[in-house]
Amino acid sequence: MDMNSFAEATIAPRMPRIGDPAPQFEAPTTHGTLRLEDFKGSWLVLFSHPADFTPVCTTEFIGFAKAQPALRELNTELMGLSIDSVYSHISWVRNVEEKMGIKIEFPVIADLNKEVASLYGMIMPGESKTETSRCVFVIDGEQTLRAMIYYPLTTGRNIDEIVRLIKALQTSDEHGVATPANWQPGERVIIPPPQTQEAAEERVQAEGVECKDWYFCTKELPEAK
Amino acid sequence: MACVNPDGSLTSSALDLLRLASRPVSPEAISAELATPLFKVRASLREMLAAGLVVELQAGYQATEEGAAKVGTVMA
Repeated sequence: MDMNSFAEATIAPRMPRIGDPAPQFEAPTTHGTLRLEDFKGSWLVLFSHPADFTPVCTTEFIGFAKAQPALRELNTELMGLSIDSVYSHISWVRNVEEKMGIKIEFPVIADLNKEVASLYGMIMPGESKTETSRCVFVIDGEQTLRAMIYYPLTTGRNIDEIVRLIKALQTSDEHGVATPANWQPGERVIIPPPQTQEAAEERVQAEGVECKDWYFCTKELPEAK
Repeated sequence: MACVNPDGSLTSSALDLLRLASRPVSPEAISAELATPLFKVRASLREMLAAGLVVELQAGYQATEEGAAKVGTVMA
């Protein structure tokens, strides 16, 4: 490691990780000054986009706006972010409504000083030093980071997957289970593997549980029956 | 849901909130009554608190005399 790389490594802010408390902030938004703590008790999808008035971001904003009713049913709010001014944000969301007929009702952070972007590691210098990448941070009601997704500048996100992710996380919290690949609500869930030999023997004989083997057992959730 | 405009006037949502706060009211009750997300209500109350338009009491938030005067309500 040369001295420049060493200096960069030592001053680079620590990236937030799953399970960490979500970094707190206060920021100007299209809905006035908001703090992360204002969202306590609700889940929050905090997402960044590279820039206002760009086509991929516009399709994503429309996708998020269309998903908002479904997210509200999951007690989940949305908040966008980019390194643009609040005036740019206002102008863009008005443009989206005028040209595409979609009203953007969630707040958008105007992160001109990159404070929130730096706090959450939303800038990927290898891709762009001046724009935030397409990052998604799922924050629960206790303000713990529960999931993160990163997409590059070129590729719009799958909004349905973000909704599915929140449903899966909330199902795991409520029922103490895990969810398999491509899981959708109503499908069988995975029971966490037993931790002792005795529990493994009991697991394979348990009623209402289907086991491929002792470590791989699934069940239906009550509301899915 | 910024409440106080640069010229000192209040937004319509701020006025709605002040009308509700003629007696002590919780952020959750305001959110339900105005069909406004709780995060917006909390941010608005913080701004109005700083502007001296509401006070925080044990039972919730209530408009000050200055706040009540903005909407012409009589405080309970």
